[in-house]
Amino acid sequence: MPLTLDARDQALLDGTAGPAAALAMRVVVRTAESMEAERLLDITGAHIDSCLYHGQAGLDFAQRLADDGAQVSVPTTLNVSSLDLLHPELYRGDDHTRDQARALMNAYEAMGCEPTWTCAPYQMDARPRLGEHVAWAESNAIVFANAVLGARTHRYGDFLDIAAAITGRAPAAGLHLDTARHATIVFDVSAVPAKLLDLDVAYPVIGHHIGKLVGSAVPVIVGAPAGLSEDRLKAIGSAGASSGSLAMFHVVGSTPEAPDLETACGGRVPTDRHMITAADLRTARDQLTTSTNAKLGAISLGTPHYSVPEFARLIELLGDRRIHPDVHAYVNTGRSVAHELDLRGWSARLADAGVQLVTDTCTYITPVMADIHGTAMTDSAKWAYYAPGNLGLDVAFGSVEDCVESAVRGEVVRDEGVWADA
Amino acid sequence: MPEATRALIAGEAHGEILELDEPLSFWGGFESETGTIIDQAHPQVGQSLVGKIVMMTVGRGSSSASSVLAEAIRDGTAPAALILQESDEIIVLGAIVADEIYGTVMPILLVDDTTYRDIASLTAAQISADGQIDPR
Repeated sequence: MPLTLDARDQALLDGTAGPAAALAMRVVVRTAESMEAERLLDITGAHIDSCLYHGQAGLDFAQRLADDGAQVSVPTTLNVSSLDLLHPELYRGDDHTRDQARALMNAYEAMGCEPTWTCAPYQMDARPRLGEHVAWAESNAIVFANAVLGARTHRYGDFLDIAAAITGRAPAAGLHLDTARHATIVFDVSAVPAKLLDLDVAYPVIGHHIGKLVGSAVPVIVGAPAGLSEDRLKAIGSAGASSGSLAMFHVVGSTPEAPDLETACGGRVPTDRHMITAADLRTARDQLTTSTNAKLGAISLGTPHYSVPEFARLIELLGDRRIHPDVHAYVNTGRSVAHELDLRGWSARLADAGVQLVTDTCTYITPVMADIHGTAMTDSAKWAYYAPGNLGLDVAFGSVEDCVESAVRGEVVRDEGVWADA
Repeated sequence: MPEATRALIAGEAHGEILELDEPLSFWGGFESETGTIIDQAHPQVGQSLVGKIVMMTVGRGSSSASSVLAEAIRDGTAPAALILQESDEIIVLGAIVADEIYGTVMPILLVDDTTYRDIASLTAAQISADGQIDPR
């Protein structure tokens, strides 16, 4: 069945609402055709990744829309940009790129998007509910919306996000539909020692491992402790969306569409089943480390943007200690969480300890980090995956406990005991 | 003659065939200024994709890949065409917007596994607007 447009869609396409809406609808329609959608559906919100500057093409597209008067028709949040507007002194890039990046941000604000500048819009108060259709871009946000909130978005890239926000429409295809959301591959973690599954550090590594194996299929995890925290689910998703194309997953007993294995699989028999062992996780962990240099130059936490509970853990681990003078310590977060830190008095405490907050952007996508001499350490599988290529840094992955301990001492220390077989 | 199951972006192209051993994320894994693979973990790191018919089974990673691919198409550092086994909307969107804004078409074809193997064995190929792939 070819794509059928309703009268409103056709009117937008025909230009009755102006050239910007027509361009946006052409992008939605062409995407829908590539997905073999038979119709479009209404969305209740959008999250825009296109506001991060990658070159003239993205700016040309946004300015074409904004100059032609485009306005979003649904509540729309903005992903990280290339600039930290709250800490502009950190920026070390060239003036031209900064000006282009700012122009891009301005174009999206002019179209009525909220200047949220976070890759974790799900950590703000307003978030989509179970079954709501949205158009989200940014791979970690996509997988969180689908898996953890039970909202429905396909794995969209830049440009469709704003086109859907302007038209209020998205293709009725892919992960918007029940059938594509059911799991086909089972990952059983029951053989992983319980003491490892009790630690946050297990979850980004599980996500990294699964992402490498699933391609674009939907996996279901069984054998994990019930009621995994949103931060642990966030870590699985963001890691799997970097090492692979993870856009939806289930964890039986933790995610809303997986009360049991049969429901998660939509009543079908899974095509594949993998037992995950501690050895698999050690291998995956080792893939996230490129450095053998024990001298620590930096730590970077908060990819995706750190949540309030993650900051609580960081504050607890730091205690009254300070970051070693030779180490640069960065934590990326969103403005809404940074505001909460201010209210709790945590921002000052982190600053006193030598921790630099980064808002509106992230340390691995724009030049904000100082010259780093030594290894850069992180608790984020996503950061560990991208930083060597993006920043040319040698990276060590570890738990947040390892990162804090290393940052205080000025050398890489990792608790190897937690990764043992039993 | 090998033929695409479906043209995600229809158009004409020709070039050397380059089969990627692993999926590539255009964002973070590819530099639009030079058109080369920069993912240190990718087996073909350093390889240029400029003007080649690039084959990979599936896409991977970041939403920003759309922007990077659109920028590469604008710059003339993009592949001549892409051949995939699974549709990837993030990649397709980069090509859609480059077409809409600059009128530059980078064909993206979807093929089955057998056809994929047949094409991968060629040195160079010509893609026609109807999705046919001929040795060259």
